[in-house]
Amino acid sequence: MYGLGILRGMGITLKHLTATYIDDIRYLGRRYYDDDNLNVRQGTQGKGVFTVQYPEEKLPVPERFRYIPFLLYEESGDGVKTDRCTSCGICAKVCPPQCIWIERSNDPETGRPIPAPTEFYIDIDICMNCGYCAEYCPFDAIKMDHDYELASYDRTEAHIFDKAKLDKPVAYYAAIGPTDYEAEERKRAEEAAKKDAKKAARKAARAKNKPDVAA
Amino acid sequence: MKDRETTVETNSGAPEAPQLDTRFPGITVRDERTGYEGYIVKSDHLPEVATAIRDEFGYNYLSSVTGVDYIDDGKLEVVYHAFRISGGPALNFKVQLDRSDPVVPSLVPVYPGADFQEREIYDMYGVHFTAHPNLRRILMWDSFAGHPMLKDWQEAYYEEDLKPFDNRWPGGDVYRSEANNPFGKNVRYPDGFDPDALVPESDEYLKSGMGQGLSDGNGNGLKTDQVVVNLGPQHPSTHGVFQMVVTLDGETIVDLKPVMGYLHRNHEKIGERNTFLQNMPYTDRLDYISSMSNNLGYALTVEKLMGVKIPERAEYLRVLMVELTRVCNHMWAIGFLLNDLGAFQTPALYAIKERELILDLFEATAGSRMMCNYMRFGGVARDLPDMLRAENTVEFVSDLVNNRLPRAIDDLDKYLTKNEIIRARCTGVGVLPPDTAIAYSAAGPLLRASGVPYDLRRSDPYSIYDRFDFDVCTRQNGDVYDRYLIRIDEMRESVRICQQVMRDMPPEGEIFAGKPQYNVRVPAGESYGRVENPKGELGYYVVSKGKHNPWRYHIRAPSFINLTVLGELCKGHKVADAVVILGSIDIVLGEVDR
Repeated sequence: MYGLGILRGMGITLKHLTATYIDDIRYLGRRYYDDDNLNVRQGTQGKGVFTVQYPEEKLPVPERFRYIPFLLYEESGDGVKTDRCTSCGICAKVCPPQCIWIERSNDPETGRPIPAPTEFYIDIDICMNCGYCAEYCPFDAIKMDHDYELASYDRTEAHIFDKAKLDKPVAYYAAIGPTDYEAEERKRAEEAAKKDAKKAARKAARAKNKPDVAA
Repeated sequence: MKDRETTVETNSGAPEAPQLDTRFPGITVRDERTGYEGYIVKSDHLPEVATAIRDEFGYNYLSSVTGVDYIDDGKLEVVYHAFRISGGPALNFKVQLDRSDPVVPSLVPVYPGADFQEREIYDMYGVHFTAHPNLRRILMWDSFAGHPMLKDWQEAYYEEDLKPFDNRWPGGDVYRSEANNPFGKNVRYPDGFDPDALVPESDEYLKSGMGQGLSDGNGNGLKTDQVVVNLGPQHPSTHGVFQMVVTLDGETIVDLKPVMGYLHRNHEKIGERNTFLQNMPYTDRLDYISSMSNNLGYALTVEKLMGVKIPERAEYLRVLMVELTRVCNHMWAIGFLLNDLGAFQTPALYAIKERELILDLFEATAGSRMMCNYMRFGGVARDLPDMLRAENTVEFVSDLVNNRLPRAIDDLDKYLTKNEIIRARCTGVGVLPPDTAIAYSAAGPLLRASGVPYDLRRSDPYSIYDRFDFDVCTRQNGDVYDRYLIRIDEMRESVRICQQVMRDMPPEGEIFAGKPQYNVRVPAGESYGRVENPKGELGYYVVSKGKHNPWRYHIRAPSFINLTVLGELCKGHKVADAVVILGSIDIVLGEVDR
């Protein structure tokens, strides 16, 4: 019969349509605005309506999602903030569109560079979200943020991020990227332990070689 | 639907590579530079050598025509890569031209597929191809002055020759580049140029079919005239900013001229400024729907020069990502073909729904849905994450590849393939005979739907494709319906490969060879690496001079070259068919224009 192909195809459309109603019943009306249900709806077992009702419900972004970078600072017990960044400049060198600019200053007494950034700018309009700065930072000082709702009416002022805007505590990074954070902390602890062990071994060797001099 | 595939044996017992220097003594010499291969041909004898390459030696498929500026030697080089359809490595031959007056005979009479590529070299380098049927600028606008890819040409926002740049915001005094340009726009006028005195080059050649006067039309007594209509560049069905200038007699197409370059970003010049590693995220933005595959092509090309070996698990991850990308791309292509046919959005959204799951995997692994930036020179950037959407990742991928995707492809098939409207509109439309396809350098599903079983994963295997059991899909008619069917077939084969990958992938292992380096110094030489992109053969031609930045970085874009044959395919069809034929060729403007 002519038109059988079209009718069979419409059967598929009907299947999708009824699936949305059956889905409604399955979730007992709580299909939306529930994070667990969202994961099922968007996963391999999802049937029914696939739409995410943004902005009322938002898909949780995965840990490795990269949007604009941010700088990490350690906060000590009494509120002293130290940037992890040593202004080595690797992120600026590796950035493909060259959107990072770091100003570093010299210690007035010794004349050597201070391992901290005086100024740090990122033009987020130029940033192409590639993640190289975070990937190649040797100090885990710059990571990729998850916030993508950055639209504004004025791009000349609002879209060049300076250090104040980029600085976020390490606790924030631990919250958005726990797996990576834990792996990196473990590595840092190992490296710190190795360094301490080497230092202690050198101290012991010196003490052995010069037993008359106090170590 | 049962006898849909023909199996092709891997190419074995191929004839030996031709010795062009012995066959044409005096006009051909071997290229003796370190890291280079191939032959240098004297430019005035090029057509004769090319005809011999095509007829005597059987290299009937001219894949890539590239220009290179060797400013230090005062030469411009045009590099050709030809292949045999029966498979095997490239035959690389070049001509070297004087930089002050570069003239070379065109190869369009021998290989019609060189048409657009030669126009591009004329546009970008100023090389004049004699006997070319239509030597005009293709990516830049007609009255543009200058040849952008020459090493001494500086773009409007020129800062420095090579990255990393020194002086973008010295002293921390931040400003925007457009504030620095007196015109406030991305424009730099040549010296002594007066914009008011410009007489633009006319586009009469586009309108040449119009105003012929009333004719008798079809001989049925109606007096008709031809009309020239612009399809695009702003048009919902042209898959991007792409213009087709169509000469119509009633509703029948008499002639069709594609006009491109609206998305031209001079990606190749940016590539020459970037370091090798910095180019990787830019490759995502070429065929922006299949970013993993673009990354792989570039990584393979540079790895050929560097000579690194990839760890096992990284190889399997690469194949998994690339084959899932193929499924993504074909879902998108079928969806948008159906959009062009008028089935407004429903089949497209059903197809794209499945693609979303694959993109979730990409986002969780690489960090981004489309601009993945995942491959590195020596492996991949990150391993699979442990969890994805509250599910174990390996289970998610296995479920996707073993259950969900095959069911989705079967659903799409059942939904669309026997549909009478699709059959009526697609069968017999845009038929591409196999000889024309090979001569016009068509690639990918466009070539295979015409019955030519040329798939790079089999003819010239790269990565670990020789370990997998899959068929090369072909179809015999070469019309739009076959191109739709072949995409369904290819999706099934890709899922088959993914199932084998999930079965065979080593559960643990390194994903990167050596220490990650951001400042790679690549040994000097040239390299042409190609992958079977979902749209065709994506080739990268990289020349390195042993520094941190490439000397030449060229992309052989399948969409760009597949468009050569568009005019031929549309002649005699109706306007509505032109849109469908364009949809079946499946172009992406990021790749066409670079």
